[in-house]
Amino acid sequence: MNFRYLFLSCAVATAFGASPAMAEIKIGFTGALSGPAAGLGQDQYDGFMLALEKLGGTLGGQQTTVIKEDDQLKPEVGLQVVRKLIEKDRVDAIVGLGFTNVLMAVLPQIVQSGTVALATNSGPLALSGAGCKANVFSLAWQSDGPAEAMGVFAQQKNIGKVYLMAPNYQAGKEMLSGFKRFYKGKVVDEVYTPLNQADYSAEIAQLQASGADAVFVFYPGGMGINFVKQMRQAGMMGKMPLMSVFTVDGTTLPALKGLAEGVIAGAMWDASMENPAGRKFAYDFVKKYNRTPSLYAAAGYDSANLLNAAVLKVKGKTSDKAAFAAAVKTADKEFTSVRGPFRFNVNNMPIQNYYAFQATKVGDQIEMKQLGIPLPEHKDAYYTACKGK
Amino acid sequence: MNNLLLVQVLNGLQYGVLLFLLAAGLTLVFGIMSFVNLAHGSLYMMGAYAAAVAANLTGSFVVSVFVAVLVTGVLGMVLELAVVSRLYRRDHLDHVLATFGLILFFNELVRMIWGSQPLFVQVPEFLGDAVTILGFTYPAYRLAIIGVGLFVAVGSYFLIHKTRMGMLIRAGSVNPAMVAALGVNIRLLNAALFALGAMLAGLAGAMAGPIVSVQSGMGEPVLITTLIVIVIGGIGSVAGAFYAALIVGLVDTMGRVYLSLALRQITERSIADAAGPALASMLVYLLMACVLAWRPQGLFPAKRG
Repeated sequence: MNFRYLFLSCAVATAFGASPAMAEIKIGFTGALSGPAAGLGQDQYDGFMLALEKLGGTLGGQQTTVIKEDDQLKPEVGLQVVRKLIEKDRVDAIVGLGFTNVLMAVLPQIVQSGTVALATNSGPLALSGAGCKANVFSLAWQSDGPAEAMGVFAQQKNIGKVYLMAPNYQAGKEMLSGFKRFYKGKVVDEVYTPLNQADYSAEIAQLQASGADAVFVFYPGGMGINFVKQMRQAGMMGKMPLMSVFTVDGTTLPALKGLAEGVIAGAMWDASMENPAGRKFAYDFVKKYNRTPSLYAAAGYDSANLLNAAVLKVKGKTSDKAAFAAAVKTADKEFTSVRGPFRFNVNNMPIQNYYAFQATKVGDQIEMKQLGIPLPEHKDAYYTACKGK
Repeated sequence: MNNLLLVQVLNGLQYGVLLFLLAAGLTLVFGIMSFVNLAHGSLYMMGAYAAAVAANLTGSFVVSVFVAVLVTGVLGMVLELAVVSRLYRRDHLDHVLATFGLILFFNELVRMIWGSQPLFVQVPEFLGDAVTILGFTYPAYRLAIIGVGLFVAVGSYFLIHKTRMGMLIRAGSVNPAMVAALGVNIRLLNAALFALGAMLAGLAGAMAGPIVSVQSGMGEPVLITTLIVIVIGGIGSVAGAFYAALIVGLVDTMGRVYLSLALRQITERSIADAAGPALASMLVYLLMACVLAWRPQGLFPAKRG
């Protein structure tokens, strides 16, 4: 064993690690990068990396390295990787944070360390009201937003009787209550199905017999693909309007193609949107990754541009975590979001438009066509309980 | 309302025959070779992927089903020779470990080749419509699944009870050493049997592709239900797997639909809505527990000796 070599490398490592002159930004990315939800995590990561590439690999003019970690959609794994990012890698900010259950598990760790955290996949109720945190932001949506938009949409279209369906877990219940917040018509029935159910034939038969005018569903990922396919096969598409959230989006549309025609979706972004920043992002994303970006990719892309503005504000001095978090909060005005208007509310949740889209055939292709903005620059229902932390 | 009940019975049967396609292969391999094959769900997934790729290339659903069966058959044969045949003499725990490893391997493999986004699969045009039965529309494709499942059930009955191979399979399940001593190539028989099970799993995957999302990891949930089926039916019994699959299909479907409705009659709505789906997803496990307590050998065990 060559001790001199070992000593030398230790010295070099220490010099690099401890030197404050080496201004470099470290970003930790966490998300589900394996398993059934890997597509969502990958989209957020790719969106983030695309923005970083367009910024020349820098945030606020500082060289930036990104450390990618897979939370496997497991809260306990998420906790491990976040602890590693904070304690070992000493990252300046964490982006991604995965699904709500993972985010909630890692939250105490993040709050305690004060590290800036940008969620690109969730905006849970627990963070929106009295539980809001100064260093935790959502660049995605407040959970209820898209469902509320669909409720307003149903109200605007004078749909009298709606049938509601969602998987039987916390988010499913929140989505359905979000829909009901602004919808004043009759709810024929509310059906909760076991999580990750593959076959909906029995539920669709009940739906058929219910006499509802329309159906609203929340079936993320594979569940949504199953549900839409099976609705189509049952001959229900076209007969009964299907409103949805997180069911038909950039991640599931390639697997559904024409089968999704007619499905209405509430969301804060889609690749078909006509604003210049959104167009440019969608174009660059397709060019680089050869697939259409989803709203998850958009959230990842925006988070890099927001961080860029925030690092610029503190002139690269991210060591004062509270000041950096404050800079992130006010940087919302200094970057152009791909989704149109974007601001942080007092609870660090987005104030943004929630759009209604419909899957429409354009030639041979299927695209989400914007139907309207049911909730323009919408604030969630909880922010007043957040005491301006 | 009675028409609706009929539709739900059809749904239960359709789910049941799909489970049977998976359970038949698994129960044969488990019962006769005493091999625990957790990778059966992966073969189902590979069947679905093979069919999806073939259907998107050729545009023909029928061709894609044959391709899926062929691919999974070959894959099953290769797996048997490369991995499984080395494990017969080992402990069941070793089987579990090795085949669990195969699950991880196949899930990552499809992700590396096709990415993590689900593949596009469409119902064939000639089965794309819904047919009207007694004033209710029912997807023609699901009737086709029931048809294919029943055809396989009849076919496997003939194979096992009326052919020489079936005779050897039955003999091998009772006393493999004696069968080998009589000059039968038991290794070849095992490989053929494993490949047959793989082909049935591939067929199930190909048939399920147009209904469910074809993606990495799609085999695991269905594998667990399949294990329940073979435990209820009696391990090693194809007839048992058939009846048990139909029972599980019907119980699961009816439970999902009617349990919440029934609970609403006796408790508050919010409690019924929360407890209904939870209980419904437990129902088949409860059924298995009852069967194990009452008849540990299963409801329709294979006849031995």
